[in-house]
Amino acid sequence: MNLEKVIFAFFIVLALTLNFGFYVGEIDNPVHHSAYELYAALVVSLIATVLKLGDRTHLGAVLLATSLVADLQLIAAAIVWAYADHVVVGGMTPHIMTAIVSLSGGALLANLTSVVLFIAETIAIRR
Amino acid sequence: MPFAAELVNNVLFLLLRRLRTPLILLITVYAVTVLGFVLIPGMDDKGRPWAMDFFHAFYVVSYTATTIGFGELPYVFNDAQRMWLTFTIYASVVTWIYSIGAVLTAVQDPAFRVVRIENAFARAVRRIREPFYVVCGYGDTGTLLVRALAESGIQAVVIDIDQERVNVLELEELPMVVPALRGDAAIPSNLQLAGLKHRHCLGVIALTNRDAVNLKIAITARLLRPRLATICRADTQDAANNMASFGTEHIINAFNTFAGRLAMALHAPGLYLLFEWMTAAPHEPLREPIFPPVGRWILCGYGRFGKAVHARLAREGVVATIVEADPALTHPPQGSVIGRGTEAETLQQAGIEQAVGIVAGTDNDANNLSIIMTARELNPQLFMVARQNEQQNALLFSAAKLDLLMQRGNVIAHKIFALLTTPLLTEFLDLAKQQGNAWANQLLSRLGGIIGDEAPETWGLAITPAEAPAIYAGLAAGHSVTVSDLWRDPRNRDERLPGIALLLKRDEEEILVPDESMPLVRGDRLLLAGRIEARRQLSWIARNHNSFAYLATGRERPSGYVWEYFVGARKINPGK
Repeated sequence: MNLEKVIFAFFIVLALTLNFGFYVGEIDNPVHHSAYELYAALVVSLIATVLKLGDRTHLGAVLLATSLVADLQLIAAAIVWAYADHVVVGGMTPHIMTAIVSLSGGALLANLTSVVLFIAETIAIRR
Repeated sequence: MPFAAELVNNVLFLLLRRLRTPLILLITVYAVTVLGFVLIPGMDDKGRPWAMDFFHAFYVVSYTATTIGFGELPYVFNDAQRMWLTFTIYASVVTWIYSIGAVLTAVQDPAFRVVRIENAFARAVRRIREPFYVVCGYGDTGTLLVRALAESGIQAVVIDIDQERVNVLELEELPMVVPALRGDAAIPSNLQLAGLKHRHCLGVIALTNRDAVNLKIAITARLLRPRLATICRADTQDAANNMASFGTEHIINAFNTFAGRLAMALHAPGLYLLFEWMTAAPHEPLREPIFPPVGRWILCGYGRFGKAVHARLAREGVVATIVEADPALTHPPQGSVIGRGTEAETLQQAGIEQAVGIVAGTDNDANNLSIIMTARELNPQLFMVARQNEQQNALLFSAAKLDLLMQRGNVIAHKIFALLTTPLLTEFLDLAKQQGNAWANQLLSRLGGIIGDEAPETWGLAITPAEAPAIYAGLAAGHSVTVSDLWRDPRNRDERLPGIALLLKRDEEEILVPDESMPLVRGDRLLLAGRIEARRQLSWIARNHNSFAYLATGRERPSGYVWEYFVGARKINPGK
């Protein structure tokens, strides 16, 4: 067992699960989507990105790229949320909520790719 | 270049790897403190319960962590929030200090700096857009050679194993930037970094003081770029043979070359002076002629250099008495005197009162100077020759007022410089050697009348469409051009430019100092010498059809279609 791999797998799977947890529910209903969950998903995703830095293999490079995509999407979702709450007159609308959730949906796909790649690598190593 | 890209990645990955921990720490501290502010219940300005959302929390943590400290926003904090803010200040500020420290440490790390310096060097080499030479070894010879190259506008790239030598190069005031790398030239990747595979690389010059390294450089160049010019220094015959076995272009045995030049100075001073003039670096002052006496010489030092000198002198019939300190190691011939030559006793034993000259040729500069000073006291009439090993002692040797000073670095550097810049020169000097001293003296007096007090400029000229289009076209049109026609001044064709043709190569035939009335044909290659302005004028004539036409016919050629038409019409009319 390799401790580095445990921590690494933990973070990328956690990024996916949190992301998924935020994503599920009616797309335009703010009650179904928790800001705390988005926050947790973003923080974990950032940590997962840093863990992938400095890996010189080809797979490492692809993992880093997918992780950066997830970060970008989640940061965009967070900014849109803050914008809706504090800048837009009248606050959150179903339309804005849809935008936030679909942005996190994109991040979900990127995180899913990460996990699939990670599993593929794990299966290739027969130890 | 994939190799360079790999290097850039190296730098990046090294930095990222080092920054992993500080980055994760920063993210964690931010995440925890932001979450804390969101969870702690507060109050707005009217006393109603109010909790920060993520946006406000991130805002507060951001200005606190960076020590900007805007205060308690948007509403005055309660005690629970103040407690959390205190924790936030210490946790985030300490983390930032640690992270910045980690970045600075990573950047200043010796391993990282080496990679960065190599990277900058590789980039500088990659940006070279003109032909250049790779010079391995920046000792005395390398210093002189790089300076001579730079002053004549030829780019060089330097590798030396000693950081101090690289620093010296950086401090040297050269007219162009010469990239230098501290590294072992015997490692192929270093040579590659220096541009061995660069498409503008013209050649590799191996000048390190170790034969094994020079040999490795020659092999590397041979395998990676088979057609590249390689010039190698070899101190032993063994290494020279080894290099020759796989086709190294020019092998320079430092001791033989140097000893040969010294022996030439003693038995054929005219030829020696000719060699010195022809191989001088640009803008060097002209060396004065020397007049060594005939008789018995004393030769101090019988090492590799002394042996080479002795062999050459013996071949020329010059008798020399050898003074050697360590006969067990060097095996001097019978009748040699044992001693260093720095004491009066040894020199008297060698018969200094009857000798005509002395050569201080040990490998120790201090001893050589001591020999010269002792000898001068015993016999002030002696012709003094000393070998200077290190460039840093130049001041002492010039103060010693010698009749002839042999600087090894100088001789080798000049020889290589001449090889690189004027290809026909080697052939000329080989032919000149067979002609003897009287011939050389005659040529010297002709040259001396032409050039001023600076070393003559030597250059090659090929009558080809690329190098001399005007002359080539003129010859093709049936004009007759003789060697002396080359030297007509384009401002007034009856004046003569200060220059002389040293060698004419026609196919495989070599004509030494061709007669002035000799007609040129297309494809001729010439070696010319003269003043720098003659060179400029000549390259003008060779390329400009109008000046060439004026020189060949004495008439100004019409330089536009309109005028050409009128002149043509006038020429035809009288015929009618």
